[in-house]
Amino acid sequence: MRGKLELTNVWKSFGDHQVCRGVDLSVGAGQMVCLIGASGSGKSTLLRCMNLLEPIDEGTIHLDGQDISEPGLDAQPIRTRIGIVFQSYNLFPHMTAAQNVMLAPRRVRGKTPAELAAPVQALFARFGLADRMDHYPDQLSGGQQQRVAIIRALAMSPEIMLFDEITSALDPELVGEVLDVLRQLRHEGMTMVLATHEMSFARELADTVCFLDGGRIIEQGPPEAIFAAPREARTRAFLERVL
Amino acid sequence: MTDAPLRGAAGDTSAAPTRRQAYEARLKRRSNMIAAGSTIAVVLAVVVLVPLAPGWEAVQRSFFNGEVFAATFPGLLNAFMLDVAIFLWCAPAIAILGLLIALCRDVRAPALFPLRMFGALYTDIFRGLPVILVIYLVGFGVPGLGLPRPWNSPYIWGSLALILVYAAYVAEVIRSGIDSIHQSQRSAAASLGLSEADTMRFVVLPQAIRNVAPANMNLFIALQKDVALLSFIGPVEIFRQAGVYKSLMANFTPYVGAALIFLAITIPATRYADYLLHKQRRRQR
Ligand SMILES: Nc1ncnc2c1ncn2[C@@H]1O[C@H](COP(=O)(O)OP(=O)(O)O)[C@@H](O)[C@H]1O
Ligand SMILES: [Mg+2]
Repeated sequence: MRGKLELTNVWKSFGDHQVCRGVDLSVGAGQMVCLIGASGSGKSTLLRCMNLLEPIDEGTIHLDGQDISEPGLDAQPIRTRIGIVFQSYNLFPHMTAAQNVMLAPRRVRGKTPAELAAPVQALFARFGLADRMDHYPDQLSGGQQQRVAIIRALAMSPEIMLFDEITSALDPELVGEVLDVLRQLRHEGMTMVLATHEMSFARELADTVCFLDGGRIIEQGPPEAIFAAPREARTRAFLERVL
Repeated sequence: MTDAPLRGAAGDTSAAPTRRQAYEARLKRRSNMIAAGSTIAVVLAVVVLVPLAPGWEAVQRSFFNGEVFAATFPGLLNAFMLDVAIFLWCAPAIAILGLLIALCRDVRAPALFPLRMFGALYTDIFRGLPVILVIYLVGFGVPGLGLPRPWNSPYIWGSLALILVYAAYVAEVIRSGIDSIHQSQRSAAASLGLSEADTMRFVVLPQAIRNVAPANMNLFIALQKDVALLSFIGPVEIFRQAGVYKSLMANFTPYVGAALIFLAITIPATRYADYLLHKQRRRQR
């Protein structure tokens, strides 16, 4: 069976530096896949390749059976179908939370502010930020900023969400509120790919955990298998270090 | 004893000053005294010593003549309105042209490479020439083609010269502002499906322009001063008017009057630009 998002033999290098070296990965609809691995192992790069922020050198990426890695393809409409949230939030600092969220629906989908008011309000309310819509990013805590970034991506109604270590920059006491959002999305059936260092979270919710090392997925499987009985020595060494 | 930990608590200003606060207040009083003392010493030296110079009386008569000042100041002020008017119609044109040139230099599409080259060439040329030279070349050169009135007016071509030169500087400043916006902002915009043009217009430019506002303000202060250079090709603005008075009265005091009028505008504006810069540095920390 083909997955919703299908990566086949994906290679990517920056100059001489090969960052992805033949990655195969299948993400089924409604699944949650976690990428784990040491920093520098290529998790962020792989996620950026998935929504075409980086062009890949070799291999293919299929979304619902369509080859989206074809050189020369217009990336813009594809990107609206795959949302991404970054470690450093990357909110637009000169716009309020609500303006951050509305910009893309207005410019890309041609919606008017009046049309957007109700759904955007509902999104903010759903993630406990109804009273923060008119705040600027620097008036929000890290956890709130990250939740706004998630809302901003969700406002385009993407079919898949990518999360790149979205809790790594947060103070420990703020991590929980962001993980709760992910939990919520998981239960709503969103298809998600996460790069994460939150092992217990991955263990609790992931369908598949992939261990990356040197730009390759050297082991993947259900969390019970990866965490309880890793087959590869390098996976075992990594888990010993982080658990 | 029991209240000792409370006294040091942050924000507790109503209580008696802590030892550290008292020490800092003492230090501050001391440096204020030193600053005041040295300022008084310098002012006294100038006031006492300068009039002792052998040529002082002659200088006072020809540069600081109260009567001449009173007689010419209103006329100078009037002439300065022309400087302001020229500034007011040049400034928006400079802002628009500067922005366009900056955008030219940022285009990435290969088909638009000529635009990119034009932008680079433009800024190189106009930043590489003395302003007065451009004013002469454009201000005398174009009307020299024998254009009919009003197209031979030095106001038009002199202003154009200022616009051409200052747009180059403004373009460079805006471009540095664009470069200062982190790549991750563009990534975030692209990941939402925004086009490159929309990313520039709604995400990059507003931040870039705000970041370089103080630098641009300094350029516009320089522009207000350089408007006086147009006097060399005709317009009777304040500098030229001062020259007329000087010849008429055989006295240099009108130049001092003109200088004071310039300073009345430029000093507050410069201070304001510094304030903006300071505020911005604090924001970015
Ligand atoms: N834009 C880039 N240019 C050059 N090298 C890069 C770039 N992005 C990432 N890299 C390199 O790719 C490697 C993998 O990085 P990354 O994908 O960020 O790994 P991870 O997210 O697992 O820490 C690192 O060695 C990094 O230096
Ligand atoms: Mg990373």
